[in-house]
Amino acid sequence: MLDTAPKLADPDAVFVTLVRAHHDLSPEESRRLDAALVLLLANHIGDGAVLEQAIEQARRAVRAPTGATEDQGTPP
Amino acid sequence: MPTTYTNPRFPFRRPLELDGKGGSARVVIVGAGLVGLTLALDLARHGIASVVLDDDDTVSFGSRAICFAKRSLEIYDRLGLGQKLLDKGITWKVGKVFFGSALAYTFDLLPEDGHRMPAFVNLQQYYLEEWLVEACTETGLVDLRWKSRVVSVDPRADGVRLGVETPDGSYVLEAEWLAACDGARSTVREALGLPFVGQVFRDRFLIADVVLKTEVPFPTERWFWFDPPFHPGQSVLLHKQPDGVWRIDFQLGWEADPEEEKRPERVVPRIRAMLGKDVAFDLEWVSVYTFRCRRLERFRHGRIFFVGDSAHQVSPFGARGGNGGIQDADNLAWKLAAVLKGTAPETLLDSYDAERIPAADENILHSTRATDFITPKTEAARAYRDAVLLLAREHAFARRMVNSGRLSLPHAYAASPLSTPDEEAWAGGPAPGAPCLDAPLADGFLLNRLGNEPVLLRFGENASPAVPGVRTVTVPAEGIAAERYAASAGTAYLIRPDQHVAARFRTPNADHLAAALARLWGREPAEAAREAA
Repeated sequence: MLDTAPKLADPDAVFVTLVRAHHDLSPEESRRLDAALVLLLANHIGDGAVLEQAIEQARRAVRAPTGATEDQGTPP
Repeated sequence: MPTTYTNPRFPFRRPLELDGKGGSARVVIVGAGLVGLTLALDLARHGIASVVLDDDDTVSFGSRAICFAKRSLEIYDRLGLGQKLLDKGITWKVGKVFFGSALAYTFDLLPEDGHRMPAFVNLQQYYLEEWLVEACTETGLVDLRWKSRVVSVDPRADGVRLGVETPDGSYVLEAEWLAACDGARSTVREALGLPFVGQVFRDRFLIADVVLKTEVPFPTERWFWFDPPFHPGQSVLLHKQPDGVWRIDFQLGWEADPEEEKRPERVVPRIRAMLGKDVAFDLEWVSVYTFRCRRLERFRHGRIFFVGDSAHQVSPFGARGGNGGIQDADNLAWKLAAVLKGTAPETLLDSYDAERIPAADENILHSTRATDFITPKTEAARAYRDAVLLLAREHAFARRMVNSGRLSLPHAYAASPLSTPDEEAWAGGPAPGAPCLDAPLADGFLLNRLGNEPVLLRFGENASPAVPGVRTVTVPAEGIAAERYAASAGTAYLIRPDQHVAARFRTPNADHLAAALARLWGREPAEAAREAA
């Protein structure tokens, strides 16, 4: 089961680490880097079902129209 | 263009039918290619005569299917051609995958000893077809009719009526059973109007067979390059064949013009870029191909069977086309022979669909995945593909994702109606439905002892009860064979005529064995019990 509860002690640092990983890379290299990271982490997790749940969450986030998330409520 | 081989021309013989005689056959096979000839020979080994119709008068043009997998070699060994394949063919088992100019990883398809047959033998298809024609002729049971084109197919309840056209005229041939082994563009399939649908891959590949006149540093291995410096952005595959011929496959992309790419002016520079300008070579055969993965919904249509490419098509990566067709023939021959001899009920033939459709689906799945890996369809797919290849240099987990073709392995008929499921606990060994594993014995190899009739394979003396009418092969309860079959003293395997496992027992008894034998022949065990009573 995919665990999406906050777990990182220093989330800002992790965000910066991920962005910095792409420093100096061409767009093509950047894309490969992300793919390599996903592959390494998918193998670390070692569970196809968890990966599928993560993909579902990620796709939902990407496909959601901006400004229409539930948190913002419905305009009057 | 070929310099190492000249196609034989087989004579057209005026058939009896043109003089008002003959006119019927128990089995007619359409297509004297690899699969049709294999089926005819296998039927003949069971004592069944057949008529084989072919619109041409020779064996295959060009080397075509060159990689014969272990299971196919074992089938040909059963049919008496195994040694010829070993003697003439190029034996290999190691594959290397390169990304750019660096080695990404190496695999070994048969790391253990003690098998009569290697992982693969490379051989031009025409040699094997020529030997099959000879072997079929020697049996005296195969009526090979060259220059005989099927022009009409009329399926009936008790057979098929065929219209055949020859240089001397046309005739009608009534077949009790018909095997359509007439390839991807099957005339029989088209005559029946059966849909043959699936996925088309938007890519083109160039096959170049070249005779090298200079020593090259390539070992006897399968080498596959992703994005090599000599052919940037595409893949290249290299195989060694007999007669000093090398097969090189260049991925060209969908935009390539197939006619243009076949011209030596286009082909020679590609090869020179790969081998270096100092290597002298001759072009032996050139072909540009596209491919698709598809299959018929069913392979048996009443009295008609579709066998090989007429029933299913795959991409060439993994060598699953020719090998899959050979296994179809291997599966059908003993069943059809048993029904014709009255040993088994006609319902046994339904198991051809039950067993070979899942096998075709497995081949299509693997070849589709390989094709998707080799030809990424999106930028994201390419990024993942390249990342896998980069990680593979250091990480074992990524090596297992590198897919330059998952090389042909026999299908285990896991859910076969002919199998008796295990009732005891097993740790290893071939499960019911799986092909038998070879093993060395004191006086040869296990598979050579099995033949083409049902066999009771017993481990240890004085063990299992015998089965009436079934030959018993006894092997030691200790040693490599026992280990590979997870066997101990008393273990017994009931083996099918195609050398797949039908049932296995740690503590066999006569009733269980009789029921398993009935099931093997496609009879209900209850029916067998009534017969015994």
